[in-house]
Amino acid sequence: MNGYVPSVTVEGREIDFLILALFVVSCAVLALVFGLILLYMIRYRDESGVYRGHPSGKTWRFEISWTAATLAVFFLLFIWGGDLYVRLFQPPADALQIYVVGKQWMWKVEHQGGQREINALHVPINRPIQLVMTSEDVIHDFSVPAFRIKHDVLPGRYETLWFRVEKPGTFELFCTQLCGVGHYSMTGEVVAMSQPDFENWLSGGAPAGQHEDMAAAGKELYAARGCSGCHGEGGVGGSPETTGVSAPALAGLIGSSVKLQTGATVTADEKFIRDCILTPDKTPVAGYPQIMPSFAGQISEEKVLRLIAYIKSLRSGNRT
Amino acid sequence: MTHSAAQVSYLDDGHTLRSWLLSTDHKRIAILYIVAITFFFFVGGVAAFLIRYNLISPNGLIGSAETYNRLFSMHGILMVWFFLVPAAPVTLGNFLTPLMLGARDLAFPRLNLLSWYLFVIAGFIALYAVVGGGVDTGWTFYTPLTSFYSKGHVVAAVVAIFIAGFSSIATGLNFIISIHKLRAPGMTWYKMPVFLWSLYATSVILVLATPVLAMTLLLLAFERIFGIGVFDPAIGGDPLLFQHLFWFYSHPAVYVMILPGFGVISEIIPAFSRKELFGYKFVVWASIAIAVIGFLVWGHHMFVAGTSLYSAIVFSLLSYMVAVPSAIKVFNWIGTMHKGYIRFDAPMLYAIGFIGLFTTGGLTGLFVAALAADVHLTQTYFVVAHFHYVMVGGMVSAYFAGFHFWWPKMTGRLYPEMWGRVGAILIFVGFNLTFFPQFLLGYLGMPRRYFAYPQHFEALNLLSSASAMVLAVGYLLPLGYFAWSLLYGERASANPWGATGLEWTTPSPPPTENFAVTPTVTQPPYQYEHAETVSHE
Amino acid sequence: MSDVATHEFQFASAEHQRETAISGIWLFLASEALFFGPIFLSWIYARLADPSAFDAGARQTDLTIGIVNTALLIASSFAYGVGLASIQFGSRRRMVVWLLFACTLGLAFLGLKFGVEWRSDLEKGLFPGANFSIQGPTRNGAQLFFAFYFFSTALHGLHLIVGLGLVAWIISQARQFTPKRHTPVLIVGLYWTFIDIIWLVLFPLIYLIGRAS
Ligand code: HEA
Ligand code: HEA
Ligand code: HEC
Ligand code: CUA
Ligand SMILES: [Cu+2]
Repeated sequence: MNGYVPSVTVEGREIDFLILALFVVSCAVLALVFGLILLYMIRYRDESGVYRGHPSGKTWRFEISWTAATLAVFFLLFIWGGDLYVRLFQPPADALQIYVVGKQWMWKVEHQGGQREINALHVPINRPIQLVMTSEDVIHDFSVPAFRIKHDVLPGRYETLWFRVEKPGTFELFCTQLCGVGHYSMTGEVVAMSQPDFENWLSGGAPAGQHEDMAAAGKELYAARGCSGCHGEGGVGGSPETTGVSAPALAGLIGSSVKLQTGATVTADEKFIRDCILTPDKTPVAGYPQIMPSFAGQISEEKVLRLIAYIKSLRSGNRT
Repeated sequence: MTHSAAQVSYLDDGHTLRSWLLSTDHKRIAILYIVAITFFFFVGGVAAFLIRYNLISPNGLIGSAETYNRLFSMHGILMVWFFLVPAAPVTLGNFLTPLMLGARDLAFPRLNLLSWYLFVIAGFIALYAVVGGGVDTGWTFYTPLTSFYSKGHVVAAVVAIFIAGFSSIATGLNFIISIHKLRAPGMTWYKMPVFLWSLYATSVILVLATPVLAMTLLLLAFERIFGIGVFDPAIGGDPLLFQHLFWFYSHPAVYVMILPGFGVISEIIPAFSRKELFGYKFVVWASIAIAVIGFLVWGHHMFVAGTSLYSAIVFSLLSYMVAVPSAIKVFNWIGTMHKGYIRFDAPMLYAIGFIGLFTTGGLTGLFVAALAADVHLTQTYFVVAHFHYVMVGGMVSAYFAGFHFWWPKMTGRLYPEMWGRVGAILIFVGFNLTFFPQFLLGYLGMPRRYFAYPQHFEALNLLSSASAMVLAVGYLLPLGYFAWSLLYGERASANPWGATGLEWTTPSPPPTENFAVTPTVTQPPYQYEHAETVSHE
Repeated sequence: MSDVATHEFQFASAEHQRETAISGIWLFLASEALFFGPIFLSWIYARLADPSAFDAGARQTDLTIGIVNTALLIASSFAYGVGLASIQFGSRRRMVVWLLFACTLGLAFLGLKFGVEWRSDLEKGLFPGANFSIQGPTRNGAQLFFAFYFFSTALHGLHLIVGLGLVAWIISQARQFTPKRHTPVLIVGLYWTFIDIIWLVLFPLIYLIGRAS
């Protein structure tokens, strides 16, 4: 068929299979509905003298049976779709993370190593990839039909999406949430390549001059924006003796659980760190003074992502 | 009460413009609505025409993406709020409710007239917004695009929909109260025609869901005017909240669009099969069930929007539940045809077309209700095809079916039957050719709301656009022969179809007070087997 | 006018018409309740997202005015109730007096709310936007609170003004009403009380919840 791309992910093939099942069920139902209507139209047309028998008495038998049949089919379809969906959105733990920022009207991608690309995404095959996505303005949606997946990209949030490509190739990337005049042009391509090719690309193929490691770039920001003034060099934490203020250690923060002043305990993920930087008043860490300033409007989403990458690289800390 | 001796047809009860524009007669108001609704359908249709024209070429033929966005926004806004949501209730519903109840008018005739004025005012504001200034947000108005980034007359559009909403509420309220309070003696709930039941279910949604939309739109307008508001992520507001509120209305609204159609079909199938409606109580309670469960499934529009996995699962399950009553109806209609004496007049052809197209549309609703399948299909032309099948193939066909069926009653004239059948078949064929390719496009991944698209989608788009011409002719045809029949059509008797129902017991067109003597009902509806109870009491 | 009840031609009797009108207003109020519903819901929802900042906004409100206003509205509903009872017991004059009193209380509410409270809020720079006066970490949450505050009080105020118009209309038509024929008085009364009930939900949202913690 014109433009048909077979799915290149396992999950995509499962989705195709589900759609096929839905299609088969629909055809069966349509055959039944159209078949009966046609049959009755011919057999019971006004002019036809066919014997109609006695008008059948009122019975609930039919009603009950077709309601039950419909319910049963529906329930199966629901379970099938739901189960697959849950798997679709649970990334394996070892996924390679890549950061994506949507903006009117382009996709900006940054790899761990600092390689940046626009309206393109290079990924290795046979490896789970997890996209961490956010938007600088309106809602966008990252969609790759060949993978059979998509997800909205919202301002002020991190949404994730994962996939594992099986075959090398170039696939269409669309923005599928209306985001303004240029919505239709917010397209690009996903290039899947073998692991060696990908590494080659990482070290040479990416545009020159933008080659700084994300964490390294984050480290520079960490110093330039004065984070180290409170949280200490290397994120070791601050105390009145060392930095002059008491501020929590950031090394080892990612993935740990943090107690808030509200009494709640949260797991420190990317979104949490982002909130700490942009809206610190929302995440008052227990045991520290509320003095961290908000950096909202001063640090762009892309830079926040670099800071996060840096903080994530500081794994050696002694946090619980 | 004054004129009982000489019964004047409502059409002859005054010929001045004033006697129309200030009339509180539900039948005249229905005619006023027909004029307005038809107008908006064709304006929306012209936009559809231009959309299809643009999509003939992968690069877009209109030349400006902004114009394209404005076109589909205008198309969606006009078609939903100024055509399909009000269409069947305010025209057929207005005309028939008192007649079917055996009443002289609705409970609140002045409110009824007021709601027409609100509708027309809203319509003009909407036209000003979408044609004059342009709105490019889609009919869904998602924030923050709509509140901060979009240019154009968003506030005017929102105000128009707000006012139209109050018109809907007034109409719905009028129907509910009339059905409760104005039933003729002997007309118990289970003796009511199914059309009234479905109108009742529709009205419940109108009265309870529309205010939620109204408030949501006000909050949106506030945010846009003051540059700050409750959906603004920059101050901790939540853009998803807007989507929740919007769909809390808009999902029930899709049932507002289809339920009256179910009612119309439930009148027509028995009439042309000469047989009692199969499973009356099931059909009736299916409507009520749809109206109730319909309030609980809005989240299925947000499966990839960033809500929690658990809520998605619940919404998927509920979406399947809300589909069950529709299935019940389809099977009962087919059951009605079984062993009937089926005739193929235009209303019946439209009704059969409705069953086929609605079922197809409904079944594809099951695709997008299946979570994982929706991940691939959402925001593509698959969804576009889904909703056109249910709304256009389904509801517009049902609306046309009803229109043909009751046209003799409304105007006292018969339309040319031959042309009616040609139109019905043309619309059925044209519709399928226009929208079936869009299912394929969607599965292949073509995103909706795209002004230009990759080359490899061209062939199917071309097919769709070309067939839309057939469809356009199909819709223009009735306009022509209905107009013709007003002047030259044969005079209709009180009951040209030999149908049951109180509306057929009074002359065509009915006198202003509907019934010379208030009728008394003794029979359940659709007693077609017993020839002696057919009309003429 | 005589006490012989007339009715429109779609009704069987005046009693039938009366029942119908009263069902109508109840349904209308149900619709109105759903109109305000989304604000209440989103209000709670927004507060849950960031309670401390949201409440920082709430604490800037003027509790005294809030309490006085609540008392005014309750009293005015009560006054309307007495007015309704008066016409039922046959005193048209007393009805007018009590309805005027209800109006006065409603006007006092509006004066306090918009003339005094809003004005001081605006002077304090509490309208959300660039000139918003609360600085620091709670700025955003507080702005969100005041977005709700101004939006919902304005809307409630508009309803109250419509209500006042209706009561004034009842007063102007007083001569028509008799102990047997006073459906409009009842209907406007239901609406008037409804506005009151909306306020009784807004009051804790605006003044109390933020102060509780
Ligand atoms: C008249 C309007 C109408 C109607 C009746 C429906 C009916 C249904 N819709 Fe549809 N829908 C829309 C109008 C409508 N829809 C619109 C306008 C949109 C998009 C809005 C936008 O984004 O712009 C939409 C979008 C939409 C979505 C979101 C898609 C997305 O954006 O990703 C979903 C997801 O669940 C959905 C589901 C359903 C379901 C399950 C039904 C069910 O009610 C269908 C039930 C009917 C049947 C199932 C057929 C008959 C059944 C049988 C004959 C029984 C036998 C069957 C079996 C045993 C399998 N619809
Ligand atoms: C509720 C009713 C309704 C109706 C009746 C229709 C009717 C039609 N719609 Fe519409 N449509 C919507 C509701 C409706 N639509 C909605 C809600 C959207 C989503 C908007 C959004 O994304 O925000 C949409 C979106 C939509 C799109 C997707 C745009 C996009 O995503 O980029 C397309 C594309 O083909 C389309 C086509 C059509 C066509 C061909 C018809 C035809 O059936 C119309 C046939 C009628 C006529 C053609 C009129 C009669 C003929 C004439 C007036 C003469 C021809 C004119 C000239 C010669 C100038 N519609
Ligand atoms: C004025 C001192 C100060 C500065 C400058 C500062 N912080 Fe903080 N930070 C704090 C304090 C105090 C806390 C703990 C209280 C709180 O959460 O508000 C904190 C908390 C955090 C947390 C949450 C830690 C945890 O244990 O949960 C993160 C992450 C963080 N800061 C990152 C940064 C980054 C990145 C920067 C620079 C862009 C920065 N901070 C600048 C003082 C500061
Ligand atoms: Cu970004 Cu559409
Ligand atoms: Cu829906």
